[in-house]
Amino acid sequence: MSLWSDPRWSDALTRLPDYLGNHVRVSLTALALGLLISFPLALVARRRPLLRDAALGVASVVQTIPGLALLALFYPLLLALAAFSLRWFGVDFSAFGFLPAVLALALYSMLPVLRNTITGLRGIDPAIMEATEAVGMTARQSLFMVELPLALPVIMAGIRTAAVWVIGTATLSTPIGQTSLGNYIFAGLQTQNWVFVLFGCAAAAALALAVDQLLALIENGLKIRSRIRVALGAFGIAALILATLIPSMERARTSYIVGAKTFTEQYILSSLIAQRLQAAGLPASSREGLGSNVIFEALASNDIDVYVDYSGTLWLNLLKRADMLPRQGLLDALKTTLSDRYKITLLGELGFENAYALVMPRKRTEQLGIRSIADLASRAGSFVIAGDYEFFSRPEWATIKQNYGLAFRQQRQMQPDFMYAAVASGDVDVIAGYTSDGLIAKYDLVVLDDPKRAIPPYDAVVLLSPKRSADTALRDALKPLLGKINITTMREANLRASTNDGNSSPDSVARWLWDRISKK
Amino acid sequence: MNDAVPAIAYDHVCKTFKHGRVTALSDVSLTVAAGEFLAIVGGSGSGKTTLLRLTNRLLDPDSGTVRVHGDDVRKVEPITLRRSIGYVFQSGGLFPHMSIARNIGITPHLLGSSSTEISTRVAELLDLVRLDRAGRDRLPHELSGGQRQRVSVARALAAKPRIVLLDEPFGALDPLTRDALGEDYRALHRELGLTTIMITHDMAEALLLADRVAVMHNGHLIAQGSAQELSKNDNAYVRELLDTPRRQADRLQELLPKGPQ
Repeated sequence: MSLWSDPRWSDALTRLPDYLGNHVRVSLTALALGLLISFPLALVARRRPLLRDAALGVASVVQTIPGLALLALFYPLLLALAAFSLRWFGVDFSAFGFLPAVLALALYSMLPVLRNTITGLRGIDPAIMEATEAVGMTARQSLFMVELPLALPVIMAGIRTAAVWVIGTATLSTPIGQTSLGNYIFAGLQTQNWVFVLFGCAAAAALALAVDQLLALIENGLKIRSRIRVALGAFGIAALILATLIPSMERARTSYIVGAKTFTEQYILSSLIAQRLQAAGLPASSREGLGSNVIFEALASNDIDVYVDYSGTLWLNLLKRADMLPRQGLLDALKTTLSDRYKITLLGELGFENAYALVMPRKRTEQLGIRSIADLASRAGSFVIAGDYEFFSRPEWATIKQNYGLAFRQQRQMQPDFMYAAVASGDVDVIAGYTSDGLIAKYDLVVLDDPKRAIPPYDAVVLLSPKRSADTALRDALKPLLGKINITTMREANLRASTNDGNSSPDSVARWLWDRISKK
Repeated sequence: MNDAVPAIAYDHVCKTFKHGRVTALSDVSLTVAAGEFLAIVGGSGSGKTTLLRLTNRLLDPDSGTVRVHGDDVRKVEPITLRRSIGYVFQSGGLFPHMSIARNIGITPHLLGSSSTEISTRVAELLDLVRLDRAGRDRLPHELSGGQRQRVSVARALAAKPRIVLLDEPFGALDPLTRDALGEDYRALHRELGLTTIMITHDMAEALLLADRVAVMHNGHLIAQGSAQELSKNDNAYVRELLDTPRRQADRLQELLPKGPQ
């Protein structure tokens, strides 16, 4: 199979209008907003040292916040603001996706515009500034006739830097629900789809370059007073925005939106749900790569309509419950609480659990006679355990250690994809893996029993937004999935998606999965 | 116009900078008659530039009054005042992104003249300062230093001011250009009936061009008068200033035989 006949290229291409359009809209809106704030601020601040230092200081500090964190911070902030506005003004707005992304990116664009505008204006020869006064210009005339034209190259350099930064950083707005070219990158990294990663990076770079060149055309036109060039540049940018509006106009506003978190299984399940809805004649689109704290709020505020979460996650992280109930009891309690507190419907379980579990190679457990976590207690002192970035700070880790009296020689944090290979090769002795991960079967690993129930059940459950709670068409379309996906099937699906070939896209795996469960 | 009213009168003006720590002018009184060409001579830091800038309110005095044609300048709107007084900087102060024509026509443009009026006026002025009309669309950096100063003089004259302030206008030019430009300006001053104040640190230039010379030192006006009057002054600084051109003239007299007649 040649490189170009790989079906992932055409898959990537069909998503381009949507991803690119959203990317252009969010980054150009952010850039315009950033300019609208920072340009006048620079004009006001240039001769006021205190304001100037304060504005540049704040903008510099913003710049040091990693883009992903800045974007993530805006979501809860806006959520609180939306609740406040609804309560006091009766005006509701969505804190999901576009708005937080635009605000965070606008903030990000401010430093280069502020700094270059101030530097450009202050760098003008004092003799020329005196001349503007001596010939009888007002401050305004001096600004527009002399200062801005002379500072133009420096100011435009700032705007162009801001544009490139914003377009690049906008790829990080995927986890807060804003579709962007980052969707390729997030999905590609999670599902080992390097075609997507490359495609996303190349598209973002091409867009940044195109906008930069259009701005250069405008700059050049302003400098040599060529109206044609300015008009061409402005027209280019306008055309870019317009072109990206067309595909989203076509998309029905009433379409069902399926959410997915940032890991492989979620991509597969959201594809599966979207395919089921489409098969039932319901228009569906997915919003992938959402942060785990973002996705539930998005569902509660009707920004997405359906997604799959896990009972233990909801219990511990969302409801902050410390008590442990048996599997069915926990599901029942969850169902009532979600409905009472959030008007969210727990439609049902898919049939498998994706829990944390302590995992070891089968051969090793047989040699050492280890069956459950309890058997580890005597050996933990000489063992090294590895987990993902959050495991060791999660409540169940504290419970495991306490209930079984475990004290490992060393704890190591790892990228989840690498843990399984590490334990299989003996680099570490035990890992905190995920029960539905396909790599468990691939490396011939076993999940250790948890007789003391330290780890809560993590049943995969389908959640519906408040708006869709009475939607029978939706319920009917999803019912055939409930209770049908067992752990072996899900592991195999996850394994298929983590290989790097043409049939490993979440869409193809979802079709395989449906094929598999519908035949039972 | 009443000749008895001086064109410019500084009356006991004082000016300090940096919150009073630096005194630029202390109690300076000086009048310039209408049609007069006054040169102010002094070293750097003598206060001569500060005094010039009080005239069109690029600066305001701490105390004392400045009158232009009898009116206290503080009662005149500074923008209006500046548009009515021509000003030439040492470095020219031309706007580097504007053509020669636009530079020259800037004050009439600010005053709201039509573009055809401005165009005619620019052509007139280019003739007046003896620049080629064809060069009107060139940018300042394409001209020589002398040409740039001619443009600067043309810009100062564009709105037909009665007063022109020259801030070391020929200081940065080579001697030949400097002499030619000085003579040309002197002629314009006479033809157009201008009142001119020129700042210079070169006593010879001052004596050759101006009707009257004022000498400033450390913020004080220490002497004023025609060449003859100054030569009778017994202030040490004034004598020192006059000695240099005198000595040079004598020495040149000896060295240079008369040129071919």
